[in-house]
Formats: sequence, structure tokens, C-alpha cells
Amino acid sequence: MSEITSLTLYELIKNIKEKKISSNEAAKSFVDRAEKSKKINAYVTENFENCLKLSKEFDDKPNFHLKLPGIPIAVKDLFCTNEVRTTAGSNILNNFVPTYESTVTQNIWNEGGILLGKLNCDEFAMGSSNETSFFGNVQNPIAEDLVPGGSSGGSSAALAANLTPVTIGTDTGGSIRQPASFTGTVGLKPTYGSCSRYGIVAFASSLDQAGPMSKDVKDSSILLEVISSFDKKDSTSIDFKRNNYSSELTRNIKGLKIGIPKEYRVDGMPDEIEKLWKKGIEYAKDCGAEIIDISLPHTSYALPTYYIVAPAEASSNLARYDGVKYGLRSSGKNLIDMYEKTRSEGFGEEVKRRIMIGTYVLSSGYYDAYYLKAQKVRQLIKQDFDQAYNKVDAILTPSTPSSAFKIGEKSNDPVSMYLNDIFTVPVNLAGLPGISIPAGVDKNNYPLGLQIIGKPFDEQTVLNIAYSMEEKINYKNNITDWWMK
Amino acid sequence: MSKNNSEYLIERNDNVYEVVIGLEVHAQVTSNSKLFSSSSTKFGAEPNTQVSLVDAAFPGMLPVINEFCVKQAIKTGIGLRAKINNKSVFDRKNYFYADLPQGYQISQYKYPIVGEGNVILDMPEGQKQVGIERLHLEQDAGKSIHDIDPSNTLVDLNRSGVALMEIVSKPDLRSPDEVNAYIKKLRSIMRYLGTCDGNMQEGSLRADVNVSVRIKGSKDLGTRCEIKNVNSIKFMQLAIIYEANRQVDLIEEGQEIDQETRLFDTKKNETRSMRSKEDAHDYRYFPDPDLLPLQVTDEFIDKLKSEIPELPDDKKKRFIDEFKVSPYDATILVSDIDTAKYFEEVVAKMGKNRDMKLAVNWITGELFAVLNQKNIEIAQSPISAKNLAKLINLIKNGTISGKIAKTIFELMLDGDIDPQIIVEEKGLKQESDPKALEALIDKIINDNREKAIEYKQGKEKLFGFFVGQAMKASGGKANPQLINEILKKKL
Repeated sequence: MSEITSLTLYELIKNIKEKKISSNEAAKSFVDRAEKSKKINAYVTENFENCLKLSKEFDDKPNFHLKLPGIPIAVKDLFCTNEVRTTAGSNILNNFVPTYESTVTQNIWNEGGILLGKLNCDEFAMGSSNETSFFGNVQNPIAEDLVPGGSSGGSSAALAANLTPVTIGTDTGGSIRQPASFTGTVGLKPTYGSCSRYGIVAFASSLDQAGPMSKDVKDSSILLEVISSFDKKDSTSIDFKRNNYSSELTRNIKGLKIGIPKEYRVDGMPDEIEKLWKKGIEYAKDCGAEIIDISLPHTSYALPTYYIVAPAEASSNLARYDGVKYGLRSSGKNLIDMYEKTRSEGFGEEVKRRIMIGTYVLSSGYYDAYYLKAQKVRQLIKQDFDQAYNKVDAILTPSTPSSAFKIGEKSNDPVSMYLNDIFTVPVNLAGLPGISIPAGVDKNNYPLGLQIIGKPFDEQTVLNIAYSMEEKINYKNNITDWWMK
Repeated sequence: MSKNNSEYLIERNDNVYEVVIGLEVHAQVTSNSKLFSSSSTKFGAEPNTQVSLVDAAFPGMLPVINEFCVKQAIKTGIGLRAKINNKSVFDRKNYFYADLPQGYQISQYKYPIVGEGNVILDMPEGQKQVGIERLHLEQDAGKSIHDIDPSNTLVDLNRSGVALMEIVSKPDLRSPDEVNAYIKKLRSIMRYLGTCDGNMQEGSLRADVNVSVRIKGSKDLGTRCEIKNVNSIKFMQLAIIYEANRQVDLIEEGQEIDQETRLFDTKKNETRSMRSKEDAHDYRYFPDPDLLPLQVTDEFIDKLKSEIPELPDDKKKRFIDEFKVSPYDATILVSDIDTAKYFEEVVAKMGKNRDMKLAVNWITGELFAVLNQKNIEIAQSPISAKNLAKLINLIKNGTISGKIAKTIFELMLDGDIDPQIIVEEKGLKQESDPKALEALIDKIINDNREKAIEYKQGKEKLFGFFVGQAMKASGGKANPQLINEILKKKL
């Protein structure tokens, strides 16, 4: 049974459709493995019993026309799931059970997916190592005491540890792509407006975007096809013609122009990242792409811009967690006292830090200097990409400036932690699609990822380039199941 | 202070002060559902029964603009002769309160949907134009209830998310009377448009009142105080009078006026400091990233323009031109859309041989008196326009006298009875047969010979006596005009 869990989503679907594996057998395999993998701490809330029951129901009345026929899937605990606790990795939502379903997860269940459980993440998706979660650190299956990245750290770890065939994360500044890079998996952040934000616990509304995380590129294309949809319940959802990403997937990228932005050669970038990038360029050439040097001149302003815009929106988005309506409520002498105690006890340090930053940059007297300026710079960053896309079809960069680090290594140094997002953040600010694919290892044998950034709504080209390069790179994780020993 | 105009001046020592007033009116948009959710807006429902996940700000819930509310705001803007902005932006106004579930109110701060416009007031001394600064859309908050539970505050979110229009005037108002006229005119326009019911008891119309004073003739504005959330015209007027006098007193004592937010205590009829400028909230406004800028095309606006009904100012002009109603009467008739509708229906039902003067007098006289007495609106009038028109026609064609008409009017109140039927059943038809009346008058003169002689000798006021006798003898049914004519001839 153990090999069921190591199948790709595509293989699992095929086996289920060919009735070689039942949905219930698949669910059992993942549940069994999860029971032996508690040490990873991937799950915040397990939905195992219900998943086994629903998989049985699927097998009794199978529908093989669905895109995810009876496939058990665990999701990041930022997606609201009807009658299943949703915490966003925070104490303040420790007891919160939604009565509604996010559009993205609903799309998955509509296509036959079955919820395995809710995966750990940084508190309100604020973090790059999953260390800000109220529910504890997550182990990277690559090696003990290594962070799985963040904020979708539970998702990347579950995927790499074969606890779920595929998963979804959310990406505000790199929260899908960076953990994918740290765990040797694939993570795609779609164009802003592709996947509905309805029912996703908001971090920074103008940047948040849900996306697939998978073992290979093809699986991401299958899942993207399911989750990407126009949704009237989200005013920022965009009604554009979506591709059949998986059936249109091709390795033929001959003649596509891929840009290499010189500004991504940042100071102090490790040699191995530089080497990886060069290797990536060679792979892209091997695939038939044309390599063009480009400039994205405002790149160095992206990180400071992001750390103004995202906390500003977060400070307002998180105001609703006040102990009045749902979630944690600490008792207080009066309303203000109750607010202060609830939010002091309910939020962790990183969340508080960002609320403080966000409140500060929006304050009168500082608004123009910070928030307004950041919005203007954001436009310039977007223009950089627009201009680049006059010349190229996609852009190739490293996903992160380093491989996964040790738990605790950076947790007391927020700025060094923020620097992790240096290559991913501009993509969110510009609202573009970007994918991280595993491309090699560092000296410790920890995985490293390459990022392909596309034009708005051109997920297909991004997927095609990734699909083509993936074949040439031929990366395989070497995971020893050390946590079971 | 003379009362034949609306001027309001305060005299202290040798100084004459005028008061400068600007209003921020919060008008609830007439709409079945809320500004960003599909919950009902019906007034008076059980607490927390009209609350969606969006209204209660559950995690992951997103606002979606209600197009109908946008149309209502634009229509109101058109009614205020204002500029409609093709692009407006919803901002978040951040503050914590128990009845504000999101922790912010969605409002329009920098870019409102409606820009500058104006409203015409009919004052005793003539018309006055009041400038409108802007109109923007925003969400209402819920309601905190402090007096049900001894130790807890209860929150009702039924109102949370209901669409409001905030209509900001320029500081053009100068007296409590003008404020009265302004609020009534705004309400009238919105009721004509069907964009706000203007019901102050239900809180559909409330205002923040900005008051400052200055020496009359000065061009500079004084330091203003804002009196928050006043919910009746009377309270607005009382608050202004109190506040203006308080400010004048301070100035006369050589003190400074603090720019501050004040509350009006309706029991003591005074304003009290709520918070000073230094304590003012920092609302940290920023564009709501959950909502795209609101774009409306010129075609969209033009289509709404074409749906705008005749508004009070135009209606008044037409009443004067077409119906030859006096400007004074026209102002009264158009002030409320239902009155205007009633009047127009009476006019239509009166037919060709209509008498406008009679119609106006009966509506603004007898009918208004009854409505006042019963404390009901004209829409609930116990007498329909159709039957009132019939009654007026019966007077006009001489079937009944004005006096009899009043009796019939009283009888009509009991179930909107057709006056024609009353006339027939009660035999109240006016006696207009000259021969019958001559006989009757001959008898009276005969019975009162001495008085007839006195009259002829010059005691002219005895004429009234004979009229009275004739009316009495006819049981009130004699045609008074004929009586007059015959009496003059015979005496």
C-alpha cells in the first residue's frame, strides 16, 4: 500500500479511474502514513474519519468523469472549510468552525476531492518558516530540524512526506513558492484574480492568491484547472477565459523568449544559487527557449514596498478578530480591556509586529511617506514587468536566495527572515503568475528551486516552460522517512 | 430678532454675531438589501436576524457592491444637481467598536461618488441656494444596547452594513429656520426620487451639525464644533441655538473656542464635549483592497437621468404656470411628494370645469387639519382624491354651499363615502330655485317688517340678519349667492 502515497496525482487519478485502486484504499494509505508521521506536525486538524467515510461513499457511487475522482486532499488551514475547524495557525481562531466553504476548496470537492485535513501554516500566513504557527513547528521531510518554508509549510511538508497527493496553499509574498523550493516540490502562484479569495482567511487582500502545490508540474496543471474560477463573491476575481491547463500542457517551448533579470543577482547571494540559475538557463536553452537579458530596475524596492503594503492591509484585515463575534475571547473589565487581552493572548509575536507596522504606516502624518509611496513604487515594479514582457514571454529566476535553514536559525531575526522573499515578492506586487520547480541541491543536499514568472493570465506558458525544464532537470527528492524511525 | 424672516442673529454688548452651519446628513438608502451583502434591511426585525456572514465579518468574507444602492446614490446626486463622478473609491475607516464587526467601516473618503451640487430653499424672504459639497456611500454600523443587561453591552447587527448616503453641505446655512428648510427639502427630494424614506423616527435620516459663529459681515469662518448624530429637526435647531450662544459667550469672555466633537443632550437641551481635536480618532483611511474602484459610464448616468421623476422645484414651477396656483400654495403642495400626487389627482378628477383655488383651500385647509388631528400622512388620507374632487365639483356647480360641504366632508371621513351619495341620502342639495327662495324671503321680510324698515333707513348690518334667517329657514340649503341677490332686490 505504501506506494499509493508516493504516486503523483495524475497517476493516482489514473489508477482510480482504471479501478486498480479504490478511493477508500487511497484514503486509508494516506491516513495510515499520517498516523506514522505525527512528528512532521503537518496537520492542525485531521479529518481522517470523515475522509474514510466519504471515500467509501465515493466507491459505492463512483463518478469517474470528475477531475479529482475520490482523491483525498489535505489543504492549508487558511481555507475555511464547512464544519471543519479553521485556525489560520492562530490561537485567536483556535476554536473557530466555519459554517461555510471557501470557493477554492468547494471547487475541489465539486470535482470529487475529499478533505483529509487542515495543514499547519504560519499564523495568518505571516512567516517564511512555519515557525510563527500557534500549533508548533513543522519538520521538513528533507532533514530533521529543517524548516519546511512558509507560510504554507504544513502543505509543503505534507506533500514532500507523501501525506497528501497534492495540496493547496496561499501565496502573499512567496508562501507557496518558497516552501515548494525548500521541500523539492512544485508550487504555483496564479495571476491575482484567478482563484477566488472568498472564504480564505485574509492576510493582505491585494496580494493573497491561492494556488496548487504538487509533486510535479503536471499535477499543478490538473489542480489549477480545478481551483481557478471566476467568482462573483470576490470583487477582485477576474472573468477571463481559463485554459484547460492539463490537456493543453506541452513540453514544446521552442522559440519562447525567456528573460534573465540582472537585478536578481543580489549582493551576498550564495555561489550555489548563482550556479543553479546558470544551470537553469542552460536547461531552458536545451528546451529550445531563447534567453534574453532583461532589466527590472525597481527590483530592490520590492521588499520594502511589500513590507509596507502587506502589513498595512493585514493591520486592517485582522481588526475583526476582537473577541466579540467568534474565536478566542479573554475576559476584561470593559470593552477596551477585553480587546487588549484577547488580542494580546490571541496573536503571536510576528502577527503583532506586522499589525504594529501596518498601523504605523497608515497613520495620519505617515500615510503619504509610507503607504502612498509604496503604492507608487508598486506601480513602477509592475511597469518593469510590463516593459520586460514586450521583449520576453517569461522570466527565469531563482526561487529563494538560499536553501532551507534550521528551525530557530532565523526566528529571532525578522529582517533576515524577510529577505527569504526577495525573489518571490515582486511577483505578488505585480499580480503575476509564478511557479517554483525543484532544480538541484546545495552542498547539504537540500533542494533548491527555480522560479518561472509569466505574463498576467498566462499560467499555461509558465506551466509549459516548467514542464519542459522539469524533464531536463529530472530532479528527485531523496526522502528517507527518517521521522518514522 | 424679527420673525418675518429667517434671520438668526445673536447680540451681545455691541456685537452682532451670525451663526454658520454646515450639515452632514446621513440618509439611509431605500434598498431591500445592504450595501455589500444580500441581507434584508427591513426595519424593526428581531435583533440579529438580518445578518449575513459578510455583515458579521466572518473570516474570509468579502464585500460585493450592491448595484441598486449605487444607482440610488447617483439618482440622489442628480436630484441635488450635482456632478456625478465616473470613478469613485471605497476606503476603509479603521476603528474598534463592538458594533463594528469588521473593525473598519467601508466608506468613500477621497473620491466620493457625487461631487458638488446645490439645493434651493424657499424662505419667507425669498429663495436661497445652499451648496452641496459631496455625497458618498458608506456602511452603517450595528447598534450597541447598553440598557438591557446590567453588566453587558448587547449588540444588534441588523443595521450593520446598511447603505447610507452621507450628504455634506457647504457652510451656507445661517439659522435654525434654514436648517429646518434644508432638511425638509433634502427629504422631499429623496422621497420624490424614492432613494430615502426620510423617516427620522426610524433613524433613516440623521445629521452631524457643524456650528461656528462670527461677527456679522465677517468673511472668515470661526472655529467650528461638530455636534454628532442628531436625529430630529427640532433637536438640530435646539442644539444650534445652544451651541451658537455658548460660542458667543466664550468669545465675549475673551476665550478661545476649541475645535471639538460634541453631543447634544436632549433632556437638558445642551451640548457637551465628547472629544477634543487632540483626541480625535486616527481612522487610518486607505482604499479597501477587497473592492475595485467603482466605475460608472456616462451612458449609465444618462440612463438614470432619464428615469428621474419631476422634482419639487420643477413641479412647483409647473403648478404655478399650468394651474395658476400661487407660489406660496405651490411650495406647500410640492413639499411632500404624496401631497403633490394627491393634489394632481384631485385636479385630474375635477375635470374640465375645475376650480384650483377651491382645490388648494380644501387640501391645505380642511384635509390638512384632519390629517394633523389624526396624526396621519396624506397617503393614509381617509378621503380619497377622487371623492374630494367630487365634493369640490359639487360646490363649484352650485349643488351645495361651502357650508354644507363642510358637513358633508365630516360625513365622508367615515369610510371615504361618495359626497354625491351623502347629498342625495341626506337631502342636502342646495336650494337654487329663485322662485322658491323668493317665496321664502318674502315670508321672512313679512315676519320681520320692523327690521326691514330699519335696514332701509340705513342700518346696513341688519342684512346679515336676513341672510341668517333665510339660511335657517332653508335648513342651510339655500344658495347663499341667490339669497344675497334676492334680499338686495326685495329689501
